[in-house]
Amino acid sequence: MTILRKRRALRREDEKWGYLFVAPAVILFLLFTAYPVLNAFRVSFQKYRPLGSTFIGLQNYKSTLSSSLFWKALWNTVVYTVGCVPVSLVISLGLSILLAPMRKWVQTIFKAAYYLPVLASGVTLSIVWLWIFSPFETGIFNQILGVLHIPSQNWLGSSKTAMLSLLIMVWLGNHGKNIIIYCSALAGIPNDLYEVADIEGASYFVKIRCIMLPLLKPTTLFLTVTGIITSFQVFQSAYLMTGGGPNHATTTIAYLIFTNAFTYFDFGAACAQALLMALITTVFAVFQFKFMGSDVEY
Amino acid sequence: MSVFLKSTKRMQRSDRVYVAVSLLILLIAAVVMLFPLYFMVITSLDRPVEAASANQTLIPRYVTLESYKFFFQFSDHSLRWILNSAIVALCVTAGNVLVAGLAGYAFAKISFRGSRILFWMFLITMMIPYQVIQIPLYMLIINTFKLRDTYAALILPGLCTAYNIFLMKQFTTTLPTEILESAKIDGCSQPQIFTRIVAPLSKTVLSVMAITTFMDSWNNFLWPTLVITKDEMKTIQLGLTSFRFQNSTFFAPMMAGACIAALPMFILFFALQKYFLEGVTIGAVKG
Repeated sequence: MTILRKRRALRREDEKWGYLFVAPAVILFLLFTAYPVLNAFRVSFQKYRPLGSTFIGLQNYKSTLSSSLFWKALWNTVVYTVGCVPVSLVISLGLSILLAPMRKWVQTIFKAAYYLPVLASGVTLSIVWLWIFSPFETGIFNQILGVLHIPSQNWLGSSKTAMLSLLIMVWLGNHGKNIIIYCSALAGIPNDLYEVADIEGASYFVKIRCIMLPLLKPTTLFLTVTGIITSFQVFQSAYLMTGGGPNHATTTIAYLIFTNAFTYFDFGAACAQALLMALITTVFAVFQFKFMGSDVEY
Repeated sequence: MSVFLKSTKRMQRSDRVYVAVSLLILLIAAVVMLFPLYFMVITSLDRPVEAASANQTLIPRYVTLESYKFFFQFSDHSLRWILNSAIVALCVTAGNVLVAGLAGYAFAKISFRGSRILFWMFLITMMIPYQVIQIPLYMLIINTFKLRDTYAALILPGLCTAYNIFLMKQFTTTLPTEILESAKIDGCSQPQIFTRIVAPLSKTVLSVMAITTFMDSWNNFLWPTLVITKDEMKTIQLGLTSFRFQNSTFFAPMMAGACIAALPMFILFFALQKYFLEGVTIGAVKG
């Protein structure tokens, strides 16, 4: 009896500490995440005014869906995402396949080199690329293209090339994380499989297609989904390099929401747009996990 | 490590060619990816002259720290910006290690009613894009709490992220329950178990958490832009942005500022490289 009672007392003691340990996290979460999310719904049904907002029903959603700028921003965001994610997956997968069989210290050096640009802040990188994309013939990017006999471009200043410039910035820079993740996934593939393939006389490309790609599928899925979600939220490069322009050519959804909220102080419309954006990314994530995730378990 | 190379001991000629070609491609990729950083450093050593169309070169023409001086003279508070960034990043990091560390441990190893529901709540919010939270959070901090231009506004919303809780929970789940049970029988209270057993065993995951949190906070730009207007309360990223918008043709000092903003992260990286690289993969492991 006493043992049972003691055990029950211990469990109750444990339960108390459990609540105490999660309490700070839960309080911070309720205050700075849960309440804002719920409030976003409320604000999205209002016409925001500093002294007393008025309820206007679905008006913000209606005007958002009928505004051509919203659809343009959505299109731009989709173009950016489609331009970013596959290219960056192919580049990082290719480099990882080359890097994975190398000696450990060689791998460490290259991983460090590829990871360095990831450390620099978005502000730092966008300032550097602003200078690289200098529109004059003396700009470094134009000079390099001049060697290939491509005429100078007004990279960030023309609505034809502005989005391309933002994409080039991603293509040429930001693969460190993906490469490290792919390399660790590749290291996890048992060597026996390759040995068997050797005995069977499989060629290099057969090994890639029949061993690596299928076994890397969970990693690829993970990187695709996180890649889509992050590129869908692209904001900093548009804000700092092009200001959404020229002629709204680089106005992404996140940038549109930002300007609606903090330039025009139209919080209602901005919240409605943010919620529509959240809906799209959620659908993407769910759809992808369903579509690609059917045989992910091993 | 003979992944592609035949499993025989001696390297054949075709294997050597393969290794050489791979190394060449990897090297070219590294040069391309490091180019912006190299270009940033050499431009920052140039003279601080107005140079919208100056001839850009790959080899430094001047090596002078004039541009750094120019950047620091732009504002009376430029040193304060670095200090502000450090204060905010350190507080946010300490908060996350403590709060998320405790919560992650509790979710993994202490059974209490509602723990599963609470944990799921955290997980689901990881899916919500920041754009949804940003506006109501701004209204809360600025309009309700009146915290414009304070450290509190910069620090409080970042004190505990759901991701860090998730990370800590994933790790502590793998700790053997027997150790914790026997400590309990020996009379250890839960706080003692955490400080004497769990925390030392979770050193790696806590360090990874600290480093990634510090980096995110140091590099954060969007939130400080919203809540800070006074010059002396700016973080370095914000100060650099205002420099960029006010001196749009002084590129060398701009690069000097960019170097200054990036330097602490590079130093940290070379000191604690292992944790940085581990931090990338630790979150990618399937749960």
